[in-house]
Amino acid sequence: MATLMTERKRSALTRGRLPKSTPWVVAASSIVVAAALMSLIGFNVFGWAVLSAVLFAAGNVVSSAVVEGRRKATDKLATSLVLGAFLVALLPLVSVIWTVLVNGVPGLLAPGFLGTSMKGVTGAIDNASVANHTPVLGGVYHAFLGSVLITVWATLISVPVGLLTSIYLVEYSDGNKFSKVITFLVDVMTGIPSIVAGLFAAAFFGLVMGPGTKTGFVAAVALSVLMIPVVVRSSEEMLKIVPNELREAAYALGVRKWRTILKVVIPTAISGIASGVTLAIARVIGETAPLLVTAGFATQINSNVFAGWMASLPTFIYTQIMTPTSPSNPDPSNQRAWAAALLLILLVMLLNLGARLVARIFAPKTGR
Amino acid sequence: MFSGAALGAGVLIVAVLFAVAMFLVIQALPTFSAAPADITGGKGFLSYIFPIVVGTLIAAAIALVIATPIGVAVALFISHYAPRNMARGLGYVVDLLAAIPSVIYGAWGATFLASQLKVPYQWLADNAGWIPIFGGPASGTGKTILTAGIVLAVMVLPIIASLTREIFLQTPMLHQEAALALGATRWEMIRMAVLPFARGGIISAVMLGLGRALGETMAVALVLSSGPMIASLIRSGNQTIAAEIALNFPEAFGLRLMNSSPPAWSCSSSPCW
Repeated sequence: MATLMTERKRSALTRGRLPKSTPWVVAASSIVVAAALMSLIGFNVFGWAVLSAVLFAAGNVVSSAVVEGRRKATDKLATSLVLGAFLVALLPLVSVIWTVLVNGVPGLLAPGFLGTSMKGVTGAIDNASVANHTPVLGGVYHAFLGSVLITVWATLISVPVGLLTSIYLVEYSDGNKFSKVITFLVDVMTGIPSIVAGLFAAAFFGLVMGPGTKTGFVAAVALSVLMIPVVVRSSEEMLKIVPNELREAAYALGVRKWRTILKVVIPTAISGIASGVTLAIARVIGETAPLLVTAGFATQINSNVFAGWMASLPTFIYTQIMTPTSPSNPDPSNQRAWAAALLLILLVMLLNLGARLVARIFAPKTGR
Repeated sequence: MFSGAALGAGVLIVAVLFAVAMFLVIQALPTFSAAPADITGGKGFLSYIFPIVVGTLIAAAIALVIATPIGVAVALFISHYAPRNMARGLGYVVDLLAAIPSVIYGAWGATFLASQLKVPYQWLADNAGWIPIFGGPASGTGKTILTAGIVLAVMVLPIIASLTREIFLQTPMLHQEAALALGATRWEMIRMAVLPFARGGIISAVMLGLGRALGETMAVALVLSSGPMIASLIRSGNQTIAAEIALNFPEAFGLRLMNSSPPAWSCSSSPCW
């Protein structure tokens, strides 16, 4: 009887399989071994985690190769590599957010950071605040205002152009040659490096308004060059999935084509269009390079986009890090830069979240 | 009227793109006919542009070498390995990587990553210094082209990951189930059914990533402490086109300004798209 039982256990189907508890045993032992090894060469949590993960993967693969055979072992190896790659990809995200939080929170909470500009903040003031341990003066209000104004103008330019183009592509063109040209050029435009868009706007306004023209509006034009293709692409996709029956029903009621588009097609697609536009805004609000060459760096509040240099959050971060206000004491500048970075990340995350909310709120009501 | 406005918007896009190309060419032309001594560096246009073209290619190559395998693996994890109900959330997380502005990546690379990499660079210079690309002495700040390439890899990764994920999800279910039914393990199924189907998509995703890596400005401008062209990846040196423009343009005037345009021109005419 006993021999029969063992015979059954070793039947062809179940032979050569590791018991279900194997991964847990391997995990526990690799954590212990890793801790032991790390205590030999100096303990740190990060190294411990990495070493345990590597040992765990190796232990799993080797035990599987011994008992289950080469194919299963390869499968396990691939699984470990794929999971490992995903964890490695998460590292920079966590690290970036952690760095920005740690460095940015003190500056963001500093009194007056959100309400004042950099006007009159000189190296001497920074030196004094370091020497006397007084709070860092100077703020980000001018840059925040500049970012918002430039982005609003860029949106005002690119949403009508982008939306109308996608309407032309979907509703009017019937796939003729010109629409193919536009689609191709929009793809090309998506690939324009952001600094080239900035150079174009700078050169264009330099030609029209006189050389060296740097205003918020020039920056807005540069940003809309980057924004238009994103808007066209996303609204085109959204207009395409509006069911044809809706259009035909409107035509059957004798409604004109433009009215059908305005009253039927766009309201149906508005959730997708709005979320696409929000994502496009989130993309351009963090652009630095085009602003650097088109809007200049200002240290004071400028609410007129048509005259004078204008600051923005990304260029504020860039200049504070690259050329600290006080070259001998870069700490106050770094603090301001990281606080501005935190503010910028919060803005972008809010916009991304907003895009998803907008898509959900404005979604066409499909229930009856 | 309405159709006219829609058509007009389309025409405007074509006009803008044409204008972008025209302005770059017009602004760049004086550089080609200028006396060699007037060009930055004083040795003529080609010797000015050659090092920064090479630097751009090196940085982009490093970025792609790192980001392609990781990006494809991340996409595979989300599409084929992660539990179904988690996959959507994980996709959002990867998209978050793409949402962080480039200047913040630059600041992170310059302050955090560069200082973390000093020790490994020193180790590489000591132990692998006989390979030209790891030739010492290692940079004391960590602000090297390899660091810039790693930062670029982080920025390119979400592009590759999200595009290849879409392709992986489109693999015909029947192919995958057929492979599994024949007794293939999950990895064999992916190797035989998913990867062959997605090869074209992976290549195009990598090309789009290449476009981003070539044109990226701020991260490189902040991370790299630039210098003349050198072979070693772990010493300060090299420069990329886009960062060269950003660092020079704000103070540029006259011919110096025009010098900035050909790099931009070569950057946008390269396969950025």
